[in-house]
Formats: sequence, structure tokens, C-alpha cells
Amino acid sequence: MISPRLAWLLVALGALMLVLAPIDLTGIGIPYPGLKRYGTYIMTLWLVTAIAAMGVNLIVGYAGLETLAQAAFVGIGAYVTALMVKAGWPFGLAFLASGVAAFAVGIMLGFPALRVRKHYLAFVTLAFSVLAWLVFRNEQWLTGGVMGIGDISRPTLFGHTLRRHVDFYWFVLAITAVLTFALWWIIRSPWGRAFTALRENPIRAESLGVDVRLYTLLAFAIGSAYGGLAGSLYAPLVEFIDPNPFALGPSLLFMLMVVVGGAGRFAGPFVGAAVAVLLPEWLRFAEGFYLLIYAVLVMTMMAFCPTGIMGLAERLLPARRRPTAAATAPLLGEAKP
Amino acid sequence: MTAVLEVRDIAKSFGGVHAVQGVSFDVHEGEILGIIGPNGSGKSTLFNCILGQLAPTRGEVRIDGRNVSGKRPSELNRLGISRTFQLLQVFPQLTVRENLILAGQEHKGSRLGRLFGARDAGLGAAADRMIDFFRLGHLAHENAGGLSYGQQKLLDAAMAFMAGPRLVLLDEPAGGVNLTMLASLKERLQAINRETRATFVVIEHNMEFVMALCSRIIVLAEGRIIAEGEPAAVRRDPKVIEAYLGH
Repeated sequence: MISPRLAWLLVALGALMLVLAPIDLTGIGIPYPGLKRYGTYIMTLWLVTAIAAMGVNLIVGYAGLETLAQAAFVGIGAYVTALMVKAGWPFGLAFLASGVAAFAVGIMLGFPALRVRKHYLAFVTLAFSVLAWLVFRNEQWLTGGVMGIGDISRPTLFGHTLRRHVDFYWFVLAITAVLTFALWWIIRSPWGRAFTALRENPIRAESLGVDVRLYTLLAFAIGSAYGGLAGSLYAPLVEFIDPNPFALGPSLLFMLMVVVGGAGRFAGPFVGAAVAVLLPEWLRFAEGFYLLIYAVLVMTMMAFCPTGIMGLAERLLPARRRPTAAATAPLLGEAKP
Repeated sequence: MTAVLEVRDIAKSFGGVHAVQGVSFDVHEGEILGIIGPNGSGKSTLFNCILGQLAPTRGEVRIDGRNVSGKRPSELNRLGISRTFQLLQVFPQLTVRENLILAGQEHKGSRLGRLFGARDAGLGAAADRMIDFFRLGHLAHENAGGLSYGQQKLLDAAMAFMAGPRLVLLDEPAGGVNLTMLASLKERLQAINRETRATFVVIEHNMEFVMALCSRIIVLAEGRIIAEGEPAAVRRDPKVIEAYLGH
């Protein structure tokens, strides 16, 4: 464990680096040319993916439920935004509507979770994922079917259009920061404690007054809303959407990101999304072998460190000293009152 | 004395097995009632029916004269009824202090208020007092999963008292606890009973513990009450001796 002060310092440093990532710093004597157009696009995609993965981390990592439907919620957000923006609505409203729509559908998907858990629940969400994908593909009058929806314009902020990749990147970065803070707040609040209780022992939690049904629905709804909000940013990022990125495969990838990053660890989704989005780019030198290398890396990771990369980092960092060490503590019966 | 808990003709069957067969009793305010009986006599099933964990086949449960049958465990908990479990039920990845805060937080303010309010739901000081009261001070920031069995058992009991309940049902609190800790547990439970006038119902196999702790004892055998009374009288009851020794 690192101290909270050091953790904050690392977060601030990381945020600064992310802000400066697309800027050419050679002018001020730092040998960093800044990200080019494609690099900035990939970084934006990483942020959008991390938002959706944060939602999965809430559902799976903190509340101990299962979801194989996050890509469907990203799809809901993307289509709601695309349709609203094309109909002339402002992006801000479309963004909120995407979150609300995913939240509402997330509550509905939460109801089966009140009855089944573990892999049974995973299959329920898997079925929903297929259903949503069929709607995206077949309801041509609404979604454009396999032809998708094109020319999705980027938002305008204070009269300034975010057409340039770098402007949109900063916009997404700011939204990611807000959503990250919001989830951090939820996790560290009594709600977060209730979600953890849900994961660790729902029967005991219920006996302590925790409304397990309500918190289950809330976990699904909030986690899915994060998917919807990510989708709302994804549509203007790629400017064209079709059903493929919202199919079952990408949903499995979101689950993989959370597990590889470290389920139930706050930074896990960012690390997991980096593995899923950035690593393939870095492995491009291997050309046709990159998927093979990627698969072997993931298998090795899961076999030797099931707690994910963040879990591995926690193991490698020296344990923080505690003022009272358990090993030297007297047995309870011998303790003085 | 007013009856805090009234159990009326509770029965529970699992297929052809009649685990509880029409049990009725009252528990009065401030009382410590013990429920004993051989293995399989229906004690835990009776507890689970009272606490909403199982739906009884028939019968009624009243709290302060109000019918609470069919209410969920979380609703009963918010009415001031708390419990511990026969098998250990703590949250292993939360610290001792966090376990205790969790045990009380759903009783503090509104749900939305808790989201925007203090991280410890204003229960930090109460949790620290409970930690001191159960003499777990040196373990406050340890994960509950790392505690010894006896220490987890104490934490389990402490959690049941966090919300200041009026009625606490303890399912084998002494099971697996060593003799030194057992004395500590008994003394702590009696202290809470004296100070808060909380009412206890205790299921227990350890005869010495239950006889020393409880003022009245009910004996169950094959899902029915076979004896009821003060500890000394129950101990001498031939029906009880027969149920335990089987002759």
C-alpha cells in the first residue's frame, strides 16, 4: 500500500501527463514531440473504453455481480447520441439522455440478478447482449442496420467546435475526470461499503439492514449508465457507428479488461483498457503475431496473477507500516479492559 | 412485562421433514432467553423463520404486538432486530472498523444523504466505542479475514449491536470460542443487556455458557418445545435429560 499523499501526487502527475500528451514540448527543451493525430485518437478511445470498464468494475469488481452486456450499453449510448445529435439536439442533452437510457435499461437487467447469480447471471446478461445487438442490426428504420449511422458531428463547446482530435481528446479527458471522481466518491461512500458487502456476503448484509435488492439494482444501473455515457462519447469520436462494436465479443473484452486490470481495484479499468486498446498498438511491430502474443500475455497473467495488474502492483509494493502490528497483539482474552 | 417478541404457532416443513412443528413463546423486554436442544431439533430453522430468512409454513411473528410475518431481513433489521449466525459471517475484506460501520450505516439518515454525507456515515466514534467495548482495539484496522476464529466471533457479535437494536438473536455465539474468550463474551453480553435493556434470544450448545447467561430457557426436540423454565429447573427436567441422552 502506498500512502494517500503519494497516491494523490501520482494521480496529479498522471493527470498532468495526460493533459500534456498531445502537445509538442520540444519548444521548452523537453524532448517530447507530442502525440500525432492517430495517437491522440487512440488515447481518446482508451479513455472512452476506460469509462465503460469502470462501470463493469462497479458491477463485477465491487458488487460481485456479473455482466457480459457492457458493449450493448455502450451501443445504447452511442445510438441515442447519434440519433439525437443528427436530429439537431445539443450534445449535452444527448449525453445526459444516453446515461439515463442506459441507467433505466440497466435497472431492468438488474432484476434477473435478484434471482440468479454467478454464471447463471452471466448467461442472462449474455442473452441481453445478443438481443440488443439484434435490435441495432435489424431495426433499420431507427439504427440504419448494418449500414449504421454516419456523419455524427462532434460537440461544440462555448461556440468552439471540437473537430480537431486534440480538442475532442481534452473534452473527453475532462469528462473522464468528472466521471472518475463521481465513481470514486460512490465507492468510498457508505454506498461503496454496501456494494462490497453485497459481494462478500449478501445474506449477512441483508441481516444488517442493507437492502440487497436495491443495491443490486443500483450497481447494475450505475455501471450500465457508465457504459451509456462512454457510448455517447464513442459516437462523435468515430463519427460513424454500426452494430459491430456493440456485439458480444466486445462485451467479453470489457470483462477481460476489468479482470486483467484488477477487479475491485479502482485503477484497474484504466490499466485493463490500456491493455485492450493501447497494447495491440504497441505490439504492431509483431505484425500478424500480435494477437498471439496478446493471448499468451493474458493467459500468463491470469494463471500467475488472478488479482490482475493492480493486484500484482500491490504485491510488489512494500506493505505500509501500521502503528499496531497484528502479530504482536495480545489474544483478546488476555487484553486488559 | 411487555412482550417484545411473540412467536405464535410457527411451523416449517421441508418436503416431508417437519423441522419446526407449531412453536409458540414470548420474550419480554430486557430478558435473555436461551433456546437449547439436540442437533436437528429445529433451533436454527426457528430463528430463520423469525428473522424472515425462511418463510414459515404457518404461524405468526409479532414485534411489539405488530405482525411482522413476511417482512424481509433488512426490513426487520431496520425495526431494531439484529442477529448473528451459527457459521461465521463477517466481511473478510473490510477492516474490523469498516465491518462495524457497515453494520450501523443503513440506520443513519436517508440513502441519498449517505451518498453525499460523511464516509463513515457519522458512525466512526460509535464504531471505536464498540471496538473498545469488545476489546478489539489492536485489530481495528486489520481486515476481518485475518482475525482468529474467536476474534471474528466477537466481531460478529459486536456487529449485531452496532445499530442499537432492541432485540438480538444470537445463533451459537460460543461455538468454537476458547474458554478465556468465552468468559469475556458472556460478560460483554451481560453488560450490554444491563446497560441498554436490549432483549436477547440465544441458541447455544454450550450448557455452562447458556445456563450462566440466560434467565429462562426453552428446550426444543424434534421441532417442538418439550420444556421451559429457569436454567436450574430445566437442567433437572427428565424430558430434557431424555432428549439429550436419548433414553
